[in-house]
Amino acid sequence: MTTMTSATTPEPAALLDVRDLSVVFHGSHGDVEAVSEVSFSVRPGEHVALVGESGSGKSVTSLAVMGLLPTRSAKVEGSIRYDGDDLLAMTDHERRDLRGAEMAMIFQDPMTSLNPVVPIGVQIGEVLQRHKAMTGRQARNESGDLLARVGIADGSRRLGEYPHQLSGGMRQRVLIAIALACEPRLLIADEPTTALDVTIQAQILELLRELVSGTGTALVMITHDLGVVAGLCDQVHVMYAGRVVESAPRRPLFARPRHPYTGGLLRSIPRLDAPRGEPLTPIPGSPNDALSWAAGCAFAPRCGNRIDRCTSQTPELAAQHAYEPGYEQALRCFNPIGEETS
Amino acid sequence: MLRFTLRRLALLVPVLFGLSILLFVWIRALPGDPARSLLGERATPEGIRQIRALYGFDKPLVEQYWAYLGQLVTFDFGSSIRDGRPVTDTFLEQFPATVELAFFAIVFAVVLGIPLGYAAARRRGELVDGAVITGSLIGVVIPVFFLAILLKLVFAIQLDWFPTSSRQDARIDATHITNFYVLDGLLTREFDAAWDAIVHLVLPAVALGTIPLAIIVRITRASVSEVLNEDYVRTAEAKGLHPQVVRRRHVLRNAMLPVLTTIGLQVGLLLSGAVLTESVFAFNGIGSYLFDAIAQRDYPVLQGYILFIALIYSLVNLAVDIGYGLIDPRVRVS
Ligand SMILES: Nc1ncnc2c1ncn2[C@@H]1O[C@H](COP(=O)(O)OP(=O)(O)OP(=O)(O)O)[C@@H](O)[C@H]1O
Ligand SMILES: [Mg+2]
Repeated sequence: MTTMTSATTPEPAALLDVRDLSVVFHGSHGDVEAVSEVSFSVRPGEHVALVGESGSGKSVTSLAVMGLLPTRSAKVEGSIRYDGDDLLAMTDHERRDLRGAEMAMIFQDPMTSLNPVVPIGVQIGEVLQRHKAMTGRQARNESGDLLARVGIADGSRRLGEYPHQLSGGMRQRVLIAIALACEPRLLIADEPTTALDVTIQAQILELLRELVSGTGTALVMITHDLGVVAGLCDQVHVMYAGRVVESAPRRPLFARPRHPYTGGLLRSIPRLDAPRGEPLTPIPGSPNDALSWAAGCAFAPRCGNRIDRCTSQTPELAAQHAYEPGYEQALRCFNPIGEETS
Repeated sequence: MLRFTLRRLALLVPVLFGLSILLFVWIRALPGDPARSLLGERATPEGIRQIRALYGFDKPLVEQYWAYLGQLVTFDFGSSIRDGRPVTDTFLEQFPATVELAFFAIVFAVVLGIPLGYAAARRRGELVDGAVITGSLIGVVIPVFFLAILLKLVFAIQLDWFPTSSRQDARIDATHITNFYVLDGLLTREFDAAWDAIVHLVLPAVALGTIPLAIIVRITRASVSEVLNEDYVRTAEAKGLHPQVVRRRHVLRNAMLPVLTTIGLQVGLLLSGAVLTESVFAFNGIGSYLFDAIAQRDYPVLQGYILFIALIYSLVNLAVDIGYGLIDPRVRVS
């Protein structure tokens, strides 16, 4: 395999590098382009967020990285490099060797992501047996330790329990234990707290933070909630209708959002530093109003900054002057916040 | 699990008791009269009265039932009105043949049906799927009787690959212990006898197993398709597990639950369907004997046989429920 040509940057080479990813689903009602022109990279130890409303293509992007899209109906193009190797050129077998060992994923819905008829001990142990060549007994012991590490007291005694005996928060802890069992270098968390109670959400986020910080684990955090990003991520990519509309390091993104969609997302989350009494303003319309990117900006129908050009020409993602070295900063907008032409 | 099993077994007693009352009344409500059919041409009012008195059919219904119940509790099911043989004897002699046939039929249906249904679900919308679906549709609508005759004509008479009738070649001098011929052959190490019994079972089992096969294919396909879309299958794939492990532990274990229930329900259908198949292949099961018993209103035989069949059916479905509990922890009774 070729090695990355990263001569220009002194930064460590990216662990994951996604370039011009596109995913097209062939359905009975024609093809749907769920994701296109998506590029981002994650260095070891870096925490990157993909943010966007429902349907913006966050899950599809992460499933493409994991190699979990249905091979029959999804066409994946572009390049996905892991540690310099092109994942899309690998055989199924090679990708299986990486999944669960090198890269792991935590899913959106803990209620349905565990097998209801298999004890949780087996569900954790099988990934250890698969990748670490452990015996059943070793895997059992290790599974018990893992449960303890994700905050399930008495872990080794609960290995025989089934998912229906656990609460949602507990199940998400089990899924985190499964994902982290083989100490993956890349962890993708797809809205890991969306399906949980608010109080549990905070606990799970805190647990994730604890487990990934200082271990060099690269994290891709997927969320529709910029609030989750605030305390966890270094780099943020905002997606709308399958494309990245703004990329920026967390600080400048929060301080000076440039894309009107990013601005809208920020105004719709409660902020501690907001002036008292400032109302939360949701983005008007819904993601269903998104247009195709073919002839214009998909966000235009909901956008307060819309100008004529937005509905006749497709904006490109243009690299911006990097705010901090090593970070990606880019924008897909004709009329960004703060530079309005009309 | 043990307590669950014992409770279900105990529950069988009142169920069978209730059924025995229903059967008793219902069979006697059928038009016709055993005494008349027994005497046939020679029926005279006097003769009929004598026979009725002999079997106690002239007594009030409640009194008759009471006497019958008295026999039942000592496991005495009475004797046939036609040939005088004890119901228990003929049943134990004939029923193994029917069970053997039904067993091979269900094995045929399961062994073929689950892989076919799985393959169809995996390749949904492709040629394999279309072929399997069409085949199973034909399988469901084709009458057992017709299929049995067709199979016999083609594979037994025309091609001469299989015997046309009976359970075993008359020239084979086989020892019979249980009256399950295949089992007997294995027990006595008369392997040629066992093999011959199997060869005799092929066509009847295929004829009888075709409808269950078609149903199992469809249920498996639907169930597997659903499970393949479940989040936990994606979780399993995200672990990089070998596809075989994903299939066995995560897909099939869940997808088999509805299939198991279906198999249990098929058993009743098989036992009744066996009667037709047996008559085509002159297979000496309960079929023709029960058929004649209906025609001639042989009350003790009808009552005894139907009670036996109900008991077997209940036991098989209890086994299915236990199997279900073993697979699915959510229904396990503590
Ligand atoms: N298997 C599939 N077949 C066809 N279209 C799909 C498939 N999976 C996803 N899509 C489409 O791709 C688009 C992006 O979906 P995706 O699940 O990535 O959104 P998301 O950003 O994760 O949203 P959410 O916040 O609801 O999870 C959606 O319009 C969806 O309809
Ligand atoms: Mg999603």
